Amino acid sequence: MLALIQDNLPIMLWGAGMTIVVSGVAIILGMPLGLILCFGVTSRKPWVRRLSRIYQSVWRGTPILVQLLIIYYLLPLIGINVAPILAAIVALTLNTIAFQAEIFRGGLLAIPPGQLEAARMVGIRKWAARQHILVPQMFRLVIPSLVNETISILKNSSLVSVIAVTELMRVSQQIVATTYRPFEIYIAAAVIYIIINFLLSLIGRMTEQRLARRA
Amino acid sequence: MTQFFDLWLQYGPLMLAGLVTTAWICALATALGLAVGLLLACLQSAPFAPLRWAVRSYIEIMRGLPILILLFVLYYGGPSIGLRLSAEAVGVFGLGFYGAAYFAEIFRSGFQSIPKGQIEAARMAGLSGTQIIRHIKLPQMLVMITPPMVNQIIILIKESAVLSIITVAELTKNTTQFVNETYAVIEPYLAAALLYWLLVEAVGQLGKIIERRVRF
Repeated sequence: MLALIQDNLPIMLWGAGMTIVVSGVAIILGMPLGLILCFGVTSRKPWVRRLSRIYQSVWRGTPILVQLLIIYYLLPLIGINVAPILAAIVALTLNTIAFQAEIFRGGLLAIPPGQLEAARMVGIRKWAARQHILVPQMFRLVIPSLVNETISILKNSSLVSVIAVTELMRVSQQIVATTYRPFEIYIAAAVIYIIINFLLSLIGRMTEQRLARRA
Repeated sequence: MTQFFDLWLQYGPLMLAGLVTTAWICALATALGLAVGLLLACLQSAPFAPLRWAVRSYIEIMRGLPILILLFVLYYGGPSIGLRLSAEAVGVFGLGFYGAAYFAEIFRSGFQSIPKGQIEAARMAGLSGTQIIRHIKLPQMLVMITPPMVNQIIILIKESAVLSIITVAELTKNTTQFVNETYAVIEPYLAAALLYWLLVEAVGQLGKIIERRVRF
């Protein structure tokens, strides 16, 4: 059994690297877009608010697997032929935007509204105030939730194996197909996922402490 | 146009049957998850330390794992250690034990919200441990934990789409069959998304009704 794991570990780690790339890109792309959607959800214009709410409701209310399949089949239909990995990143990004917007909204609510009013009074423009006053504080407040969202996207990225992206899950399936040892291989994959997620929550706790000290 | 309607007349019942399967699997998994979750939450304050550690690591492992891999270990790996379950059973147990870790955390936050003084007073009045949980902790925390609990049930419903990959004939699986047999791609999946969304909204509304009931 040890030999089996040893033989297949390099390719599994390569798959794990792919898992990290796909979910990492989605999370990082999702951050600025999630922020924009957050300001959309809290906008004073009713139609902006309503549109943002609908976007959120749709992406938070349907299974990510179905979203992934729709994106994967929809893109070629409207004339965009992309590699599965790009479709995977697009789907995960569009999904995390909706969740990150909600996380940022929570952070926004925790900042006293007086601050923004004061900034506006001294003549700072709305977007400048958002950029320099709200966003830095929001980030500090939402780091624990952002780490949770990252873990959740990392776990959900296992689903992109369905559209043939060779990340950890897909690589494991391929190994099982040739070795017929599902139990050992899938347990090994599970251990890799747990280690990555453990490291993530560790990093999250460290940044949290760092920012708390600076504040 | 008639062709379009024929298609939906033919495959509509298949999708609805899938929706029903999704619903009952999720209902059973939720019941199992709530029961196991409550047990785990109670064990977390057990006086025996190794038991607490075991429960803690169970929760951490489950929360760090993609549901897909848990299902694969149970469904494809299970037979090699003598565990043979049908795909549906793997679905219910997999989702149930997975959800239990999350439900346990929700119950724990609920337990923590009860002031210590109340527990001490109850103990002074001679109530036993289970009586305290049953008559003092649970009724009060129900108000606080209903929203996150409903949230978690909704997450469970969405996760259940993954069961299609281990061949459970639920909504996503039946939709994929529709797609594979007709080459109509987008409409079936959009319809599936709509059905999921309706199911999730229904559960959300049910949660609001329960929320109003448990308030006192």
